[in-house]
Amino acid sequence: MLLLTCPHCGVSAEETEFHPGGEAHLKRFGPGASDDAFAGYMFERANPRGVHFERWRHVFGCGKWFHLARCTASLEVFGAYPADVTAPPEEILAKIRARRPGWEPAPAAKPAAKPEGDA
Amino acid sequence: MARYSVFALARNALSHHQDWQRAWASPEPKAEYDVIVIGGGGHGLATAYYLAKNHGVRKVAVLEKGWLGGGNTGRNTTIIRSNYLRDPSAKIYELARGLYETLSQEFNFNIMFSPRGVLMLAQTEHEKRAYERTAHANRAQGIETEMVDPARCAEIVPILNIDGPRYPVLGGLWQARAGTARHDAVAWGYARGASEMGVDIIQNCEVTGIDRDADGVTGVRTTRGAIRTKKLCIVVAGHSGVLAEMAGFRLPVESVALQALVSEPIKPVIDCVVMANTVHGYLSQSDKGELVIGGGADGFNNYTQRGSFQHVEETVRALVETFPVISRLRMLRQWGGIVDMTGDRSPIIGPTPVPGIWINCGWGTGGFKAIPGSGWATASMLANGADPIAGPFGMERFREGRMIDESVAAAVAH
Repeated sequence: MLLLTCPHCGVSAEETEFHPGGEAHLKRFGPGASDDAFAGYMFERANPRGVHFERWRHVFGCGKWFHLARCTASLEVFGAYPADVTAPPEEILAKIRARRPGWEPAPAAKPAAKPEGDA
Repeated sequence: MARYSVFALARNALSHHQDWQRAWASPEPKAEYDVIVIGGGGHGLATAYYLAKNHGVRKVAVLEKGWLGGGNTGRNTTIIRSNYLRDPSAKIYELARGLYETLSQEFNFNIMFSPRGVLMLAQTEHEKRAYERTAHANRAQGIETEMVDPARCAEIVPILNIDGPRYPVLGGLWQARAGTARHDAVAWGYARGASEMGVDIIQNCEVTGIDRDADGVTGVRTTRGAIRTKKLCIVVAGHSGVLAEMAGFRLPVESVALQALVSEPIKPVIDCVVMANTVHGYLSQSDKGELVIGGGADGFNNYTQRGSFQHVEETVRALVETFPVISRLRMLRQWGGIVDMTGDRSPIIGPTPVPGIWINCGWGTGGFKAIPGSGWATASMLANGADPIAGPFGMERFREGRMIDESVAAAVAH
């Protein structure tokens, strides 16, 4: 079971007090975007075995959304940070690098090309 | 390869069972194959088997990083059913269920397929209507299912509490031809059959990189050396995202842990499979007498193959409510498998953005039941470039808005 600390209200609690909300820092594409960009935002997801950035909500607490840096292979939590940023802050990256030497954040995902045979 | 029979059993008894042959060969990897299948679970092995059997493609390798069936094939609750809602799902799951009926004879290896019936309980008005809709759809698809009333549910499952305090049973979707099979034996049977036809099954061989040039895939790098191929099929369930990253594309898939547990063995109490989806638990009894129990999935990305305590509690609570008679059973073992979930809870079978690389993934919480049909369709797609059963499951369906929504029929908590 994960033990998380909400960066807004400071409460530390078990994962059942929180609710996961999927991949963090997705760049939203709306009307006017290309089909590739929209499909990338809407459906395609980073699904790494290792360091992952994701959204959580403190549902049975202050109710606020926040971001979490976590390892999907060991469940180690590197840190939580507020939801109002578009990229993980330097201090979180430093914490991850300290625990995972050689790790670097992946470059922003490019929308995939169309699968072959898809006219 | 020597055939298994009562005579073989008698002959080997005379030599104190010291001289049984290996069930399948364990060759060194060759330098090049016509097709490489990554993943030696049920789906990968079935793909290789049907490539050799149905399409005569025998220069095939199955690369497995651990041991055969050590992933989700050996971690599921062995349920086989085909009572899905949408037509493309009905085709592939019913093909699989039908093939399961004769696999033991085909392999000369007992997969212990037991068509004991699956009862999916309707415990809310909404659920009842959804199952009625599924039963109608199944009738149109030619799949034998029926909606039964609470009295009939109690007749099929005498230990069922139909007057539950929270969620009384309002009816059930009954598929009499559904059932269970021994999951490891399905992987072993396919391995044995494929190996007999010349497929190389290579265990302890982890793919560490995928080589490609401008025209597409050229080979894979593994812990046992580089292997060339022009046609690669990724069939790795929970680790699909990792392989996709190696190949340089993203998938509409996220990996989460789904867990199961078994009780101590007891005398027979239930002779079919019961799924109680409103309260999140499903149950059957193995031939050893253990109750095999499946629960809900975690909501966050996870590769640890462990379950979580709160899901055990939630599942056991649901089952005690539904089957009060089991309330004093002790649980023996609990484990998790990493399942690859798609947005519409239907699998992905089709080409990828990299020419020459094909993928079969996204089976989520319900892949075991589909193994024969999935292998059949994937092999046909690899051999012919397309397949009518696999066709609707291409990943372009998301972009095109042709989702095959099975989030209701998928039967477990998401």
